[in-house]
Amino acid sequence: MTNNQAKLMQGNEACLEGAIAAGMRFFAGYPITPSTEIAEGASERLPMVGGKFIQMEDEIGSMAAVIGASLAGLKAMTATSGPGMSLKLENIGYASLTEIPCVIVNVQRGGPSTGLPTSPAQADIMQARWGAHGDHPSIVLYPASVSEAYSVTVTAFNLAEKYRMPVILLMDEVMGHMRERVVLPDAKDLQIVNREKASVPPEEYLPYKADPDGGVPEMPAFGEGYRYHVTGLIHSENGFPTTDAKKTATLLNRLMKKIDNNLDDIVKYQEDSLDDAKIVLIAYGSTARSAKSAMDMAREQGIPVGLFRPITIWPFAEDKVKEIAGKAEKIIVPEMNLGQYRSEIERAVAGKCEVIGINRADGEIITPEDIYEKIKGVL
Amino acid sequence: MTSNLVKNYFRMDKLPHIWCPGCGHGIITRAVMKAIDELKLDKDKVCIVSGIGCSSRASGYLDFNTLHTTHGRALAYATGLKHANPDLEIIVITGDGDCSAIGGNHLIHAARRNIGITAVAYNNNIYGMTGGQYSPTTPTGDKGTTAPYGNVDKVFDICTLAQAAGASYTARATVYHAQLLTKLIKNGILNKGFSIIDAVSVCPTYYGRKNKKGDAVKMMEWLKDHAVNVSAATKLPEEKLAGKFLIGELYHNPQPEYTEEYKKIIESLRRG
Repeated sequence: MTNNQAKLMQGNEACLEGAIAAGMRFFAGYPITPSTEIAEGASERLPMVGGKFIQMEDEIGSMAAVIGASLAGLKAMTATSGPGMSLKLENIGYASLTEIPCVIVNVQRGGPSTGLPTSPAQADIMQARWGAHGDHPSIVLYPASVSEAYSVTVTAFNLAEKYRMPVILLMDEVMGHMRERVVLPDAKDLQIVNREKASVPPEEYLPYKADPDGGVPEMPAFGEGYRYHVTGLIHSENGFPTTDAKKTATLLNRLMKKIDNNLDDIVKYQEDSLDDAKIVLIAYGSTARSAKSAMDMAREQGIPVGLFRPITIWPFAEDKVKEIAGKAEKIIVPEMNLGQYRSEIERAVAGKCEVIGINRADGEIITPEDIYEKIKGVL
Repeated sequence: MTSNLVKNYFRMDKLPHIWCPGCGHGIITRAVMKAIDELKLDKDKVCIVSGIGCSSRASGYLDFNTLHTTHGRALAYATGLKHANPDLEIIVITGDGDCSAIGGNHLIHAARRNIGITAVAYNNNIYGMTGGQYSPTTPTGDKGTTAPYGNVDKVFDICTLAQAAGASYTARATVYHAQLLTKLIKNGILNKGFSIIDAVSVCPTYYGRKNKKGDAVKMMEWLKDHAVNVSAATKLPEEKLAGKFLIGELYHNPQPEYTEEYKKIIESLRRG
């Protein structure tokens, strides 16, 4: 590691650089704090690499343009915050059903509604999973450092391309605006995944033909000679609408199994000092940094505390959390919301150990001291 | 006997279409195909992008790259497609509600950018697919299932709206004037920037029945009697134009096209 490669970067900048390194060549967005630096950076950087930026008339249009661009063969992304995320959901649902790869960044701020511009929050956890209507699969990632904002954005594109679906990258205001020293990896050292193009001639191609047990169909771009149909209606493997109950069930089942059959590939997390931990902190994003400091403070006092940090928020690391619940006495879940992820953890723990929340939704961060005090309080 | 136009450009196995007997949408769809045929466009490069509604089901029947999107958003999806790959020939099929109500914002901004998209608005003055609610083009005073006492709203003129927003080509024809419609769509496609063709259709099932306009033939006759070509209109006294509407090429003012302008930025950075 040489020092001249080190950079002082903001989380939003690192996210953008990660996206470009992953092959993003299209960005459509709409101004909203605290994500705007990503759009500003994209407008400057993309044309330098032959890519396209566009500022759309609204958040709905920017999500639509991203899907259109992806269908034209480009890796595409948009970035927003809570109010904009609410507007994008319509077309995120479309991308889920039509299996069009794309990445949506949500740099969370306090809500609901216009909320707290622009104080940090982590209150869009459940929206990221279930915001779009109807049953649909979700992949949601959440970095916890500037360096990870880069690498997890690369992962987001890889998963979007591999499983042909929208991938949501959550950050929070702290993550987006925090500056850290980072050493970015060489582009050649990155593993980049691209969507599978058609392996058959156009006359044999069926746009949604795939193994019903979670297979991912092949995806040529519009303009490459495969004249297929894409619709937000429930469709058969030929891409055309159907209301047939069996075909509907087959499609939805396959969409969910793309995720369920590949949890080992998709679910990423970091474990820290779990082996002897009686108290386990489960935290993500910027709050995981406070949790790490609180853990260190507790360990110095001889209190056996561990940290489990999900990087993949959805799908939920259910097996891992169950394993933790079987060994730990208490789980503490600090999060900048009123208990969204804790409810999911409680569901998995199912009473095997105590689950305690530390919650703030007032625009202030949860400090290491807040968490340390709670650890001491539950001893 | 099936015409060559149908054989060459329709997905024959997806027919018959869902449109009601007497609906004008088939005539418009034929005009779009005829325009594509006469221009000899490469089918592999043509993308038909549609929104939601009766009009927007057309995309599924046509043998191109076809994208049936969300309600009102066709122009925004189309913008992404065109910007990502300017070699694609993008034709948007939309309806009066789709493009001027829920999609109104995307319409004015696609027009403002003058991006190389040709939009054909299948304008039947009603929300047909949901059963006859009034739309932004339902004439004031006319009825819909949500305007049982007559529509209070004023009417949008789609062409005037698009022209004011920056479209470089606007035109109108009706399903009675099928040859003119084909010509106008062709000219819209040939225009490099944003073009919109207001294709006035008939909906005897909902709009016609609700407003006692008679059957499809009567509605077509009404279109014939009330449309005045823009070239003839200049020679007519004002009283002869009362209650009539204009058809023909309403506005054509070539302007720099969005993706070509953006390409210049990429090229300047490459040189720099």
